[in-house]
Amino acid sequence: MKQSNSATPDRQVYANSRFEQIPYDLVKEMTWAIVGMGALVLILAGVFSTPDVPMLTAKQVASQDPMVLVNTELSDLASTGEIAQYGPPYNHNNGSVQAIGGFAPQTWLGVTIPVNSAQDNVLNPLQRLAAINPAVSSTLSQWRTASGRTQQAWIQAVQQQLPKATIHNGRLILPQSGTNLGPVPAMVNDYLALANSGLLESAIDAHNGPAPELDRTRSLLLLQGKADHIYAGKLNMKGEQWGIIKETGNYPGAVWLWFYTLLYQIPPYSTAANADLLVVLTVLLVTAVLVFIPFIPGLRSIPRRLRVYRLIWRNYYREQEGQR
Amino acid sequence: MSKNWTRSLRDRLQQEIPMEHLLPDTLPKYVDSYVYLFGVLTLAAFVWIILSGTILAIFGPDWWHVSPVGHFFNSLHFWSIQSFFFFMILHLWAQFLMAAWRDGRHFTWIGGWLMFLVSILAGLTGYLSQNNFDAQWIAVQGKDAMNAAGIGGFFNLLNFGQMYSLHIFVLPLILILLLGGHLLLIRKHGVVEPLPPDPKSEVRQG
Repeated sequence: MKQSNSATPDRQVYANSRFEQIPYDLVKEMTWAIVGMGALVLILAGVFSTPDVPMLTAKQVASQDPMVLVNTELSDLASTGEIAQYGPPYNHNNGSVQAIGGFAPQTWLGVTIPVNSAQDNVLNPLQRLAAINPAVSSTLSQWRTASGRTQQAWIQAVQQQLPKATIHNGRLILPQSGTNLGPVPAMVNDYLALANSGLLESAIDAHNGPAPELDRTRSLLLLQGKADHIYAGKLNMKGEQWGIIKETGNYPGAVWLWFYTLLYQIPPYSTAANADLLVVLTVLLVTAVLVFIPFIPGLRSIPRRLRVYRLIWRNYYREQEGQR
Repeated sequence: MSKNWTRSLRDRLQQEIPMEHLLPDTLPKYVDSYVYLFGVLTLAAFVWIILSGTILAIFGPDWWHVSPVGHFFNSLHFWSIQSFFFFMILHLWAQFLMAAWRDGRHFTWIGGWLMFLVSILAGLTGYLSQNNFDAQWIAVQGKDAMNAAGIGGFFNLLNFGQMYSLHIFVLPLILILLLGGHLLLIRKHGVVEPLPPDPKSEVRQG
């Protein structure tokens, strides 16, 4: 039954009024639906509650896996860490830039959230600490007056000893001391002290804006690597364990994203270096097809072929056939 | 004399969606299946999302971490959202199986999909507004996909303030506007008619 075009005189005939009517009360149905849904969600909330595992903090990492924080600090300081090499929108490198051939939307807008790992995550927070602890100032000035080459040599000398190093009372104990390490051991100890105080995140984020609690980009990037992965692994939240967008514990996650998260688990996506870009483009394409399905011959006829509508309108069809 | 805009709008509304169509007290007899409840249940869940979310917004994003009452409202919000998506997806499947985009109803279908997509964004920003490890993990894991797609530079999952304001104001506002349009379109066109019982007899576009 087709509605007429606006030019024809029967435009005002409401499509539904061509059919036999039954009584209905829209407002009553809506009201009862809200009441019924309210009862359902009250029961679900009362019985199942919700999980609330606190954020992973630098203080926690400093006490539970201090060597992870030391490694992160040194790779940030040397600008060899994942974020230092990331590329847009954080910096001009290309370590995490994804492309398909020459198609790389990640590079289009350039660097919009500049992040300098060494400055933002290590040196600036230590500079803030220096205001409280003047000894940090001399350590930092030794660092700042050295050449880049010397700085890298100091870091590498410390990194070479890390596999045999220990942390005792919040201080890094290296197997060998020496001048070839420069101020780096002291900077590590100061950094651990700052993390153990619980002030590291604020010292990082406060440098970049008026309200550090509102934009935690840089402090979140500090822990985004190994620290977060160890913690997520303990909570069974890693991609290979459950998919990323979910709650901690046995709670339903964003199950409506099943198609999106499924793609990450299957080839070619699961093995591709540009998996994120491939997955996003695939999902956009499939979504566009579904959105515009009314205009796509063949696909729009699938419901007819599936014939599930026979079940939905079975009473109507039965009555129609009875009348014939 | 220039045209009266107010009268034109009123005439247009009365012509397109007269009150008896907007608030019907009868329905065609073929509207006789539980699948017709999925839409109204989605709407009911949305009402509970807005109610519980408003309470959470009034007391601020820290409240539910420290107050048992706040935690209960967070749970109410979470389970309303789970119910919302559950019934919305059932509603979407039902409309697909009925080819409900027929006879000029394509914008109702497209608008429904837009709402689904905006709801996904609302869900994502909600996860990111939680201020707990779920939010932290989803932010650092999700940022790479946003960056790869070229939107991470202005849609920054690591920026709590941005995610929170999108979640509690911008996205709900868009959803409510889309929902209003969706409901008006449904009532303008009426409930989709049954397909011809035999698919071979149907030659027109689906």
